[in-house]
Amino acid sequence: MGYARDVGALARKDLLLELRARDTLPAMLLFVGSVFVVFHFALPGTSSRLATAGLLWVAILFTALLGLGRAFVPEREQRTFDGLVLAPCDRSAIWLAKSLATLAFLVAAELVALPLYALFFHSVGGATVAAVALADLGICGVGTFLGAMAVATRARDLILPLLFLPLAMPIVVGAVGATVVDSPGRYLGFLALYDLLFAVICWASFEYVVAE
Amino acid sequence: MLTARRLGKRYGEKRVLRRIDLAVPRGGFLVVTGPNGSGKTTLLRICAGLAQPTEGTIERAVQRAQVGYLGHEPLVYRELTALENLELYGRLYRIPERRERIGMLLERFGLWEARHDRVASYSRGMTQRLGLCRVLLHEPELLVLDEPYSALDEAGAELLDAQLAELGGESTFVLATHDPARVEPLASGRLALA
Repeated sequence: MGYARDVGALARKDLLLELRARDTLPAMLLFVGSVFVVFHFALPGTSSRLATAGLLWVAILFTALLGLGRAFVPEREQRTFDGLVLAPCDRSAIWLAKSLATLAFLVAAELVALPLYALFFHSVGGATVAAVALADLGICGVGTFLGAMAVATRARDLILPLLFLPLAMPIVVGAVGATVVDSPGRYLGFLALYDLLFAVICWASFEYVVAE
Repeated sequence: MLTARRLGKRYGEKRVLRRIDLAVPRGGFLVVTGPNGSGKTTLLRICAGLAQPTEGTIERAVQRAQVGYLGHEPLVYRELTALENLELYGRLYRIPERRERIGMLLERFGLWEARHDRVASYSRGMTQRLGLCRVLLHEPELLVLDEPYSALDEAGAELLDAQLAELGGESTFVLATHDPARVEPLASGRLALA
């Protein structure tokens, strides 16, 4: 119960910061909207479902990367990480709260992205929505963990994509598979397993990421 | 309360601290002085548990929850109000009667009227006062203060003097300053870094 309260307080803080500063979400919305508009004019009208599904996931992945790159900016710029690390709460609460806040921004971006995809390319089915939901969990959990690692380095803007994109490859494989096949159960199960596995790893090892 | 033996710290090739020994008893008040770059901040970060020494050992007789640390930055969010910042830390530290405690500190440090203003609109001195409110919020047993008088005007500095005098003997202090005369009456130990 105390852990949930800590996560709630930290996530609320992140949402409030975004509401006030408006640094992250507008950039994500603009980016994902622009990607679909550009590809709508760049791709031939006869593009296959497989090709446009790939485009959808590329757009989601790079939009998420924008949000993840900004996730720890307030802590870095205002040096508030020290205050959070010294607090007696479980340090994994910082990771979970930050993941939830990033997830909220990503879902908001997808509320724009999916209708645009349906408008410009192909309809969005239930399997695609399920794949997006499961992929979001993995993207935000792993990305936030790596974002915390990258923020301590000088080349943080370079390090995050270098670490994140290889680890996100299984998400792309599972998500594209679930979007294009007739029986997506196996791919959705794969995404759920990825989420579970990496959630446990990130939760258990975040303590060591924030320690000097 | 705090014991360090042959403490050393390196960042790569650069040695920042070398063979520091210190012992601060419960209720003690250690004043750390030294020129810029002498390692005061590094030593204080190690004392607070925010950094690990590369040589030697340090023992703290308190849990993390009982450490209060004020560094060069006040560790508050600029886009939140004073009240929101203290509410956040109050929740994380699970402070009973949080609102009363926050109200009392904001009153004491002259920030009550500005409690709903974003920290970004504060002067440097007001932000430092808020940092002091944050560090005192959970009534820590060990207070590690790095240049706490910086940016404070005379009224703010006198408030801090009074607060330190009130807590003297109860809490344990490690305080770095360029003006040791200011805390001389409270000091029980001195450490000069070269």
